Amino acid sequence: MTIRVVIPAHLRTIAKVSGEVSLDVAAPVTIPAVLDALEARFPALQGTIRDHVTRVRRPFIRFFACSEDLSHDPPETVLPVPIQTGAEPFLIVGAIAGG
Amino acid sequence: MSKVRVLVGTRKGAFILESDGKRENWNITGPHFGGWEIYHINGSPADPNRLYASQSSAWFGQMIQRSDDGGQTWEPVDNKFVYAGVPGTHQWYDGTPHPWEFKRVWHLEPSLDDPDTVYAGVEDAAIFKTTDGGKSWNELAGLREHGSGPRWQPGAGGMCLHTIVIDPTNPQRIFIAISAAGAFRTDDGGATWMPINQGLKSEYIPDPNADVGHCVHRIALHPSRPDTLFMQKHWDVMRSDNAGDTWHEVSGNLPTDFGFPIQVHAHEPETIYVVPIKSDSLHYPPDGKLRVYRSRTGGNEWEALTNGLPQQDCYVNILRDAMAVDKLDQCGVYFGTTGGQVYASSDSGDNWTAIASNLPPVLSVEVQTIA
Repeated sequence: MTIRVVIPAHLRTIAKVSGEVSLDVAAPVTIPAVLDALEARFPALQGTIRDHVTRVRRPFIRFFACSEDLSHDPPETVLPVPIQTGAEPFLIVGAIAGG
Repeated sequence: MSKVRVLVGTRKGAFILESDGKRENWNITGPHFGGWEIYHINGSPADPNRLYASQSSAWFGQMIQRSDDGGQTWEPVDNKFVYAGVPGTHQWYDGTPHPWEFKRVWHLEPSLDDPDTVYAGVEDAAIFKTTDGGKSWNELAGLREHGSGPRWQPGAGGMCLHTIVIDPTNPQRIFIAISAAGAFRTDDGGATWMPINQGLKSEYIPDPNADVGHCVHRIALHPSRPDTLFMQKHWDVMRSDNAGDTWHEVSGNLPTDFGFPIQVHAHEPETIYVVPIKSDSLHYPPDGKLRVYRSRTGGNEWEALTNGLPQQDCYVNILRDAMAVDKLDQCGVYFGTTGGQVYASSDSGDNWTAIASNLPPVLSVEVQTIA
């Protein structure tokens, strides 16, 4: 399945992309599966969204989809159908915090 | 004609300032990595076009960037800093055990003769090394596992390894400093380490003369005398003439002996520079006057250098990595402030000029002298 992913501006600079990123992700389409595909395509993003070793989401990063905050969902949770079909993008967001 | 390149790390990006050997007209490029904290940007003494930058943010963690063309283009290299084995605990601010957690790279020190070999000082305190130009980093765990690690504690800025000084006559000998654990030395390339804090006296720890626990802010040496070290401690300016085995105070007539950076003149091993700061709780210069102090006697006797520096209403700080010297015949001295100014002197500190005035708060300043 082709998943549309929006990453924060600073990470677009690191990955040297503009706009959305399209990723092929095999089912089941979970947040870890999307991140695995993202990091495989852009190795420089490893460690910027989740910890290298523990794979835990960095504290100021959030995952949004279909107007919902999925940041605290269990890792095995399958993403909503509109994300799987590419109708909606999966959003990786840098929290509004500090300067 | 020689060229000087000043590498400036700030809270919101890196800037590169270049001039010919006259050091009168400066071209500023940047921000590189705009919006990111650049704790340190440093060049290889063996290849001045090889630069390394520590790029970090609270949101996205640590990146290491490498340039092979003097900072015109950059590529991210490995950012995986994983402690060897099970790292254990150090002391937290309240004295309780706290697990070692990697936060950021404070300092990058390239080898003196190999552009691909670099040491990285990190928070929580440890030293890492790459020998492949940043493609992979490995901890020199003998430091953290020295045995005193459980007694190390963070300074106000975190428990950071911020100073790495390589003996130019013996690359197996490296000096490091940690806030607040103190200074350490290896004589075997980083396999084993010993604390070198004898003679330091710190009233803010239970035993002022303890072997570890001192808040060392910076160490500097002159290449011609690698056994003579100069130290700016949290309070006190110190000197050692036996590679850190023992220290004695050389604060002398300084208006205050609190401060962060310390540097040695490029050609005069007994000429040293500090920037006195009023106190650890105030973090600004005494009397609103920004004054560099120079000693031409290796300490104790100090003179204020003020020509060209603000002498009223100045309340900036100068951080530990934010002072450097060039190697031109007339030694240049440079420092950056938390107010975003970079000051330069092309005459050993007698006269100063702001070569950048409105940068973000400056975290680090390094200088490359390019033939």
